[in-house]
Amino acid sequence: MTPDPAPPMIPAHDLGGASRFRCAPVDPDDDAPPDAFGQQVDALRQILARRGLMSVDELRRAIESLPEAEYHALTYYERWLRAIAMLMAEKGVVHP
Amino acid sequence: MHAASPESQALLARLTAALIAKGVTTDAEIAAQIASTNRASPEIGARMVARAWTDPDYRALMLRDGSAAAEAMGVSMAGMPPLGVLADTPGLHHVVVCTLCSCYPRAVLGYPPGWFKSSSYRARMVRDPRAVLAEWGTVLPAEVALRVVDSTADYRWMVLPERPAGTEGWDAAQLAAIVTRDALVGVSLPQP
Amino acid sequence: MSPGTQVRVKADFPETRGPCHIRTPHYLRGRLGVVERHLGDFPNPEDLAFARPAARVPLFHVRFDQPSLWQEGAAGDALLVEIFAHWLEPV
Repeated sequence: MTPDPAPPMIPAHDLGGASRFRCAPVDPDDDAPPDAFGQQVDALRQILARRGLMSVDELRRAIESLPEAEYHALTYYERWLRAIAMLMAEKGVVHP
Repeated sequence: MHAASPESQALLARLTAALIAKGVTTDAEIAAQIASTNRASPEIGARMVARAWTDPDYRALMLRDGSAAAEAMGVSMAGMPPLGVLADTPGLHHVVVCTLCSCYPRAVLGYPPGWFKSSSYRARMVRDPRAVLAEWGTVLPAEVALRVVDSTADYRWMVLPERPAGTEGWDAAQLAAIVTRDALVGVSLPQP
Repeated sequence: MSPGTQVRVKADFPETRGPCHIRTPHYLRGRLGVVERHLGDFPNPEDLAFARPAARVPLFHVRFDQPSLWQEGAAGDALLVEIFAHWLEPV
């Protein structure tokens, strides 16, 4: 009998049920508002969306393309920033 | 998590400068956007819940059309994703997660907290939700079923919790004060 | 797909065939659920993510029994997840 194919690799961002985090605590006190860096990245995303230069779907796709190690090493807004920069270069809005 | 690295700070500065030089945005617009985003807060969601607890017509509107219910509280939902409202019942409690990223009803709750965006919350909430609620000290009775809502598409979800006993005769402000951000996500219950 | 319809999430893995953007979580691929309701029709995010023309696709809220998904968890607990029509097949 041919063996079942190996289950496909789950992308880094698709975290539902991920065994790696089964015992990782959740910190209810981790709720500070974004710092200045985060607020600025967040604002840029909204402005670029409003200008029609980037959709939330494109942003997600770009974040999902980050290598797994980078995905987990970067902070939330650092991921956003890299994705935004990637997309703006991809679309020729800015030079990389 | 750590603060943004110097490399990231430099990237942000370079990107911002390039976008401004290209005429895509301005410093003033960025500042205005930051200020506007900061005005959204969980107090809006709390006022919606308080109103639903005392006004059956508003509750019906919330469940029929969450975005219209937000608009009725003065929130502009133009260009925003549709708002979905998850109504708890005595036998059913809802809690929201976005396992794939961090979808969150920002228009009525403000910025999502770090824990909501964390890998541990996103991974564990769909698999072991009662243990995650326990991290908040939230223990549901066995006879209350839990429904974990994974935001995977266009809707942004908030919870409409049950009005707790001991709040009879309270006014809208008193009621809103016990509807915390955590209760609107569903990780805790309003406590009188 | 009316409320109460039993459905299976397709056991498909487009990620293995090339760059894509999928909003159907892996933990649900191939799993059984029940349609709770039709949420509306929305442009396909799989196309929006690459700035391609995106057809509107029906979006459903689908309920999955928690203990059946994970072989653990409290009886009566469930997940409710937005799934696009093209990821669902009737059982």
